[in-house]
Amino acid sequence: MWFLDNAWLVPLIPALSFAVILLFGKRLPRKGSEVGIAAVGASFVLSVGAAIQWINHLRNADGTSALGALGRAVGRLSAEGPAVEPITRATTWFESGTFKLSAGIQIDGLAVMMMFVVTLISLLVHIYSSEYMRGDVRYTHYYAALSLFTASMLLLVVADNTLLMLIGWELVGLCSFMLIGHWWEEKPNSDAALKAFLTTRTGDIGLLTGVVMTFFIVQRYTGHGSFNIVALNDAASSGKVSHTLIMWCALALLLGIMGKSGQFPLHTWLPDAMAGPTPVSALIHAATMVVAGVYLGARLYPVFWNGLSIGTPGHGAWNAMAIIGGITVLVGATLAFVQDDIKKVLAYSTISQLGYMTMALGVGAWTAAVFHLFTHAFFKADLFLGAGSVSHSGSHHSFDMKKDMGGLRKVMPQTFWTFVIGSLALAGIFPLAGFWSKDEILVNAGRHGYTAFVVVGLLGALLTAAYMTRCIYLTFFGEYRGGHAHADDGAHGHVVDAHESADAHGHGGPHESNWVLTMPLWVLTALAVVTGLLNYPAWHRFETWFQPRVHFVEAPAVPFNPILAIVSVAIALTGIGVAWAFYSGRLRALHDLSVRNAVARVGKMILVNKYYLDWLYTDVIVGGIKGPIAAGAYWVNQHIIDNVLNFTGRGARAVGRFTYDYIDQKGVDGVINGIATVTGEAGGETQKIQTGRLQFYALLLVLAVGLFAAALWIFT
Amino acid sequence: MLLNQFLLLGAFLFSTGVYGVLVRKHTVLVLMSIELMLAAVNINLVAFGAANHTVAGQVFALFVLTIAAAEVGIGLAIVLLIYRNLRTADLDDLELLKD
Repeated sequence: MWFLDNAWLVPLIPALSFAVILLFGKRLPRKGSEVGIAAVGASFVLSVGAAIQWINHLRNADGTSALGALGRAVGRLSAEGPAVEPITRATTWFESGTFKLSAGIQIDGLAVMMMFVVTLISLLVHIYSSEYMRGDVRYTHYYAALSLFTASMLLLVVADNTLLMLIGWELVGLCSFMLIGHWWEEKPNSDAALKAFLTTRTGDIGLLTGVVMTFFIVQRYTGHGSFNIVALNDAASSGKVSHTLIMWCALALLLGIMGKSGQFPLHTWLPDAMAGPTPVSALIHAATMVVAGVYLGARLYPVFWNGLSIGTPGHGAWNAMAIIGGITVLVGATLAFVQDDIKKVLAYSTISQLGYMTMALGVGAWTAAVFHLFTHAFFKADLFLGAGSVSHSGSHHSFDMKKDMGGLRKVMPQTFWTFVIGSLALAGIFPLAGFWSKDEILVNAGRHGYTAFVVVGLLGALLTAAYMTRCIYLTFFGEYRGGHAHADDGAHGHVVDAHESADAHGHGGPHESNWVLTMPLWVLTALAVVTGLLNYPAWHRFETWFQPRVHFVEAPAVPFNPILAIVSVAIALTGIGVAWAFYSGRLRALHDLSVRNAVARVGKMILVNKYYLDWLYTDVIVGGIKGPIAAGAYWVNQHIIDNVLNFTGRGARAVGRFTYDYIDQKGVDGVINGIATVTGEAGGETQKIQTGRLQFYALLLVLAVGLFAAALWIFT
Repeated sequence: MLLNQFLLLGAFLFSTGVYGVLVRKHTVLVLMSIELMLAAVNINLVAFGAANHTVAGQVFALFVLTIAAAEVGIGLAIVLLIYRNLRTADLDDLELLKD
């Protein structure tokens, strides 16, 4: 149990690494990267240890040996066992009167799973970055920020109360801001960083409100408030707390999820966040930070379950969470079609997949959502790192598929194959990871009465397969279009520094990346292939290991549905086939449709303009505040507030004049001058006896003594 | 009773001292007059001690003698310095305390 009891070390080590890199990084031989890699490696080892011990812990609780558990698991579909409390360790954070706030860790299956994902991908990204970012101007700071990010994300994962989670949540947001704006010298990059920060901050208003409400939910149930997650889930699933309170709490938290996890309509920051370095996109904006919202939803699931009436038959077939998720699936997938930037395709794809997860939580499929989070982390990180490899070695640091890529299949075979396998996993092709997790979402939605969301999911699968085919075709097939070396300018000029150092080791035309870049790709590809089997329908290891055993609510598990699986794979294959036919030129009828057909033209324009959401936010909302509202505020300021101020000022001046003339000059000064005069006169009089003659003083002395003696004699 | 004579002697000596302090011009003579006053006090102390059959009066007289000796030492030193600085020891010329 050592690893579980000491899981607080997992976030602590990268936090220390952050301080060390920041203070001493520049003086180290490898500029701080070795510290970061070692620290995250140590955290990874601890996480694996914790995962193994957690699984053993469950086995002991189930009273079965490894073989017995395996044998039993094969025979059953549901993985529910006896209750196993999370491992908690807490210390007092601060006390105020009777209110005591503790800070600590809560380790259960979900936390263990997230620790594993975060540390593994962070480790691979750290290694990848040592080559990808070589020669960068702020190499050391980059590693410091990566370490801080890893620490904050792990803090968010292991936190045992919502307040501590909030701290981790805001810290990852800060790191995201720092890393998106890593090349802040260029305006678009710092704009993107600000946009990410401010948009997620809009959601954080909801999160903060929700966290405060969690305190009162616990207070209603136990009598004294607490932020503790176990207590919160206990209270939320007790049924004794006002449903309205839980509902508002769930909606507030949902707003936080929408901001952080790129849910419609707050997803607009995520594509812009691609301005950051590619490994950062893989780690933060695909695999870990953006799933923090989904993680929060999974962590506090009883709140959403009861607040949004997810499991209640009748009016449960629609709820805010599922609807938001469903819209996000389609919005993300459709927008991915019109992007020329390979990273933006992946960013919209991430939005769409996050939509799947939120939708799964919304339809009551907790395990499916978390399972999709788990598998998605691997294949999406794989795709992002693949895109990074393409730009690093194949397209002269450009991410533009139409201008600078094409035909890279032959020169970059390793990148090509890993990218293709990652894409197939994303598209949900049997038997890769995405197939199992996406299928689980669909089958659960279908059985719980959320039929509309099955359609949404299948449509999403079709679009996903098609846009990934487009992406692969443009990048790896056709003719190489990136002949104009060093044509990188504008948004991508920032990498020129790194580029020139890369040239020093023989950077001619496109070539395969070296092993530092391809090794993480292969590791992630392997995981993208096998992780889906963890929840193989007849085995259900994922469910057994990582599903909470206390205060857990979920719609009843449904068995694997072969027909639905076949349908979804067929749909995905259709998507691939149509897209392939279109881009390889066999569907001439559809080419230039947007030029010939008005409907298609309007549709494309809407997509290119990203459903006008950026326009809505920037021009309508921000512009509205900047323009008319600001002008109105100015008018109010000039005409009303200033008048009031001037009137007040004039009145105050008159009062001041009166006070000066009558009270100060005549009253106060008269008294002061009188006192001074009296003192002066008295001094003048007494000065006269100060003769300086010693014998006069002595005479006074004798006279005074005589006077006292006489008085003594008379009065006694 | 013998005490009254001693007290009268003391009073006479003290009055002489006071008179000397108040009217003499030379600083040294003023100091000597102060000694006269102290001597008067000593006579009183010894007289009362004898009258009350206690040794305390004589002990106090000894203390007063010692203090007086010290006082004269310091007083004469001050007078000497005044004389050195101002070339006079006449009290009428010394008006520094006025300032």
